[in-house]
Order: sequence, then structure tokens, then C-alpha cells
Amino acid sequence: MSDRHFYHKLYVKKNNPVAFTPETLERIDVIRSHYPADQQKSALIPILQIAQEEFGGSLNVDIMDYVANLLSITPIEVYEVATFYSQFYLEPQGKYVIEVCQTGPCAMCGGEDVMHYLEEKLHIKVGETTDDGLFSLKAVECLGACGSAPVMQINTEFYEYMNLEKIDEIIDQLRRESEMPKPENLTWKVRLS
Amino acid sequence: MESKIILEHIEIPNIRQFEVYRQHGGYQSVEKALKTMTPDEVVNEVKLSGLRGRGGAGFPTGLKWSFIDKKSNKPHYLVCNADESEPGTFKDRYLMEHIPHRLIEGIICASYALEAHTAYIYVRGEYKYIVGILNEAIKACYQHHLLGKNILGTSYDLDVYVHCGAGAYICGEETALLESLEGKRGNPRLKPPFPAVKGLYESPTVVNNVETLANIGWIVQHGGERFSQIGIGKSTGTKLISACGHIHHPGVYEIELGLPVEEFIYSEAYCGGIRDGKELKAVVPGGSSVPILPKSLILKTAKGEPRLLSYESLADGGFESGSMLGSGGFIVYDEDDCIVRNTYNFSRFYHHESCGQCSPCREGTGWMDSVLYRIEHGEGRMKDIDLLVSISSHIEGNTICPLGDAAAWPVAAAIRHFRDEFEFHVNHPDIVRNVKHGSLLKYQKV
Repeated sequence: MSDRHFYHKLYVKKNNPVAFTPETLERIDVIRSHYPADQQKSALIPILQIAQEEFGGSLNVDIMDYVANLLSITPIEVYEVATFYSQFYLEPQGKYVIEVCQTGPCAMCGGEDVMHYLEEKLHIKVGETTDDGLFSLKAVECLGACGSAPVMQINTEFYEYMNLEKIDEIIDQLRRESEMPKPENLTWKVRLS
Repeated sequence: MESKIILEHIEIPNIRQFEVYRQHGGYQSVEKALKTMTPDEVVNEVKLSGLRGRGGAGFPTGLKWSFIDKKSNKPHYLVCNADESEPGTFKDRYLMEHIPHRLIEGIICASYALEAHTAYIYVRGEYKYIVGILNEAIKACYQHHLLGKNILGTSYDLDVYVHCGAGAYICGEETALLESLEGKRGNPRLKPPFPAVKGLYESPTVVNNVETLANIGWIVQHGGERFSQIGIGKSTGTKLISACGHIHHPGVYEIELGLPVEEFIYSEAYCGGIRDGKELKAVVPGGSSVPILPKSLILKTAKGEPRLLSYESLADGGFESGSMLGSGGFIVYDEDDCIVRNTYNFSRFYHHESCGQCSPCREGTGWMDSVLYRIEHGEGRMKDIDLLVSISSHIEGNTICPLGDAAAWPVAAAIRHFRDEFEFHVNHPDIVRNVKHGSLLKYQKV
């Protein structure tokens, strides 16, 4: 894993303008109202989820500093959270992040094969993104769907009882859909507020 | 078979919707509690029921509630732990997806008992779609005056919010969960003080598992005593068991505590036996953290008595010959499954999920991961096996939270019961390197 070296490169401020739309800010205000007025830091993880979704699928220093400013906390408080949780990505990702479960029950039932097949099919290795920027492939730990193993998740939607034909279908369908905007009701900001 | 408690009505179409749930007796317990009982009476019913925490530790719920610091002037909080991430466990997800109102009903009764006016449901980040389902259910409750100000015309107020994590197994530990809910890294806290005294925002807090809370409505409605008559001994009530691995019918089953393990594995009503006509080899009965047991010890205790699905029976024999009920994640291995590979897999998991706060866990899980990788890939040495036992014994009991123990136990147990497989790996590196693992064609769902 080269993460350690990557973070250094990452912490470069590019000063690109970052701002949520007024509509998103309204939703964020709803989320903030869930927590006591003096405990607004609690909204950090939900806001980072939304930020990652709204600003191209990953976080960078500009985004994290913007969120810190929004919540009146120090930037380091955002960085330490963003680097701790595995759902926050600090390097650019494809439009579809395919996360294949590799833990115990899934591995027993073919999770490793799902991964190998996707590597072959997409011509990338785990951890990489396809040249067209559509797919990133990740190995993740237990997704909590062991009864329907093997399981994978694409942008936090579950795909269960995977087999080779199903993978073909899913990838084809995503390729066809890739031009279409994401349905509103599937986004973090709608689900959380 | 005693009637079901949590999954009762699960077969009814659209039970996820408020109206349907209400028609089938839903939220009657809220009316009963708020209108006819004092908070202390609710706590007493739960104490009487003998309900034990369903998240894994099995601590008596009523007792946990009674620790809440009532002298403090700070607000009380109830936090529902829906950060289900123990490998092999998927019962809470099933419950929240199919019958979310069961949970919310329990949360209202529990919050009333604890005199809390705010409750949070901490859902793991991977269960994003569950967040939508829960929020819809909560919205319906607000519309029907079951949440918000003056619930059902009483003077009791309660707000329930769903909070989402972002992918960290450690946040299932209750103090790590509270840290995460406060917007920080999920590093477990040193205890004491326990959350009941200093929890969320340094206020008295109770953290309960989803399934635990889902039982509360029934207990309030039917009384703690009736609940205590279900089950066996100190294992009262029912338990959701999520069964997976090489069985015919993986899924979530609600069983009365005390059901024989043999019946659970082989009966058509449950797992339906081992897939592809194979033999049972071993079972991890309570999620990846608990010790694995070979066929001979999972079906019968060392004393020769039938092993039952209960807190006591599964623990019979200590770690020498027993295991734990844990979270009810029941993973079944057939004769072709490699225990070494599985142990390596779990060790990698714990290495990945260690928060890094305590050295024994941070370093120890890494070493176990590396050494097991070496053995599994045909590069092991005979002394590695004892090295693993030594590492695991140095982690166990030496960390702030139980993740260290959870990482150590599966390794120690696998070597205790399947040492011959580890030795085979060391002695036959060529065979080990050339084994092909898993074939999707074989495991396609029919």
C-alpha cells in the first residue's frame, strides 16, 4: 500500500473554489439541526459524505478546508476523520467505485473469483481506475451481507449473490447508464435529511 | 417452537409501512408505556425479562439501563448501535430493512424508560439504503404523533435521528461509536467512566444494539415475566441468528434460545444441512471474533451433552472446548474449506480494522496477518505456529477495547482445534501453493 506516501502529495492546497449549492446547504442545515448547537462537529461525517458525492467522488484539501470552515473547526479535525474512515477517498475515483467484499464468508463463496474476474474484465488491478474514468476497483472488508455471498457494492448500492454472468450484466448496464444523471433519491443528501 | 417476537408479522406484505405495522398491533407498547407506566416501571420490566444485549457481549440490558446517572443535570441520550460489521452477522440489516418500525417502537419505549429526549441510530456507512428506509419510518412516526413534542398527547417529547458512519468496524464498539458520533476518529475510550455516566457529549448515555431494542416493545406489551419464560435459563427470549457459509439456506432466523445446534444446522426449517452433500467441518457460532469449533465440539459439548444455541451452552467448556453466542453470526464450513486460509482472512480483517491506538493490537494484528500469510502461501515454518499462539496471548486482555481479544481468539482457537492443518501447510508448501481456491460456478445460487 502506498497510501502513506500519497497523503504527502495530497496535502497540497490548490485553492480551487469549492462551494455547496444553496439547495445542498439547506439540506445540510437540516442535518446540522439534528445535533446540539454546541456540538456541530457531529455533522462532520454526514457532510463529508455529501461533499464527496457532490464534488466528484473524492476529497481533497480544498474540499476538506471548506468543510472545516463551514463547521468552524480546524482543518486537521477534518483530515484526521477523512483519513480514518475507509469510505472517504483521498485520490480521484472512477464514476463507479466497485467494492468487492473479501472477508471470510464472501471469500469462501467466491469473493476472490469475483475480484479476479473484474480485474480481467476491466483490465485493471485492484486499487486502480479504468482509463475512461468509469470504474475503480477496491477490495473491502465485510459488507454485512454474508448470507447472500459473494457480495459487492457499487457507490453504496448492494449487489448480492454475484456470479460471472451477473457481473457482465451489471457492468454493461452501468456503461449504458453512465451518461445519465444519478437519481436524486439515491444521494446522501436526500437520504440523510 | 415459541411464537416469534422480532420477526412476527415479517411475512405480512408492506409491513415496512407505518399503517400496516400499526394495524398489526404496532406501537401499542408505546401507548401502554407512556400512558400507564412510569419510566422506572419500564426499566423494571426489562430487568425482569432477563433480556441480554444482542450485540455480542450479552450484558443484561435492564442492568445497563439502571446505571444511567440520574443525578447529573445533563440530558440523557439513547444511541442505537446499528454499526453491524462483524463478519458473518447481518441480522440487524435484515431487521431494519424489513421491519424498521419494530426498532423505532423499541427506541421510543427505551428512551422513555431512560428519560432521554434525543435518540440517535448510528448506521454503518455501507448501509446507505437503510438510512432512507429508517428516515421514511421516522417521518411517518412524526406524522402520527409517535415522535416529536407531546407524543400521543402525553407530556413526553422525543426526537430520533439517523446518523451515518463511513466504514470502520471499530465503531461498533460503543465508546468508539460515541466518538464517531461526535465527529471524531473512532478511537475507543478508556473505561471507566462508562457511557451511562459520561457518554455522548459527556452526558449519561445508553448504547444498545438494534436487536436488543427491537425486543423492548414486546417486553413492555406482554410483560418481562412472560419474556423470561421463553428461552432457557439465563438465556431468555429469542435470538436472530444470521447463518451463512456452505449451507443450503443462508439467511436470518429467529430462534428460541436453547434450540439444539444440530437441529439448527440440519433442519429444513433453518440451515437445511451442508451444501453439495458434503460433511460439516466446523462452525464459528457468533461472528468472526468468537472461537471456531470443530464438528465434534459444536454438536456436543466436551461433556457429551447436546450443544444448544444459548449464551451458556455455547460457552460451556470455556475456550478449551467452547465458544460464544456473540452476535449470532453463524458461519458454517464444509470439509473442503481451509481453516488456515480462513484464519488468515480474519487476521487480515482485524489488522485492517485496528484503530491503531494500543500497541499490542496495532502491532500484533499486523504480525499475525503476516505470519498467517506466510503459512497460507507455503512459506511457513513450524515455529510460526507457536509464534502465532504467543502473539495472540500477548494481545488478549492488553488493549483498551475488545477488538484485540476479537483478533486474538480466532487465531488461538483455530490452532487449538486444527493444528494439524497448520502443520500440513508448513510440511507441504508445494501442495499449498498450487491449490485453487473457490470456483464461482460451484457457488452460484440455484
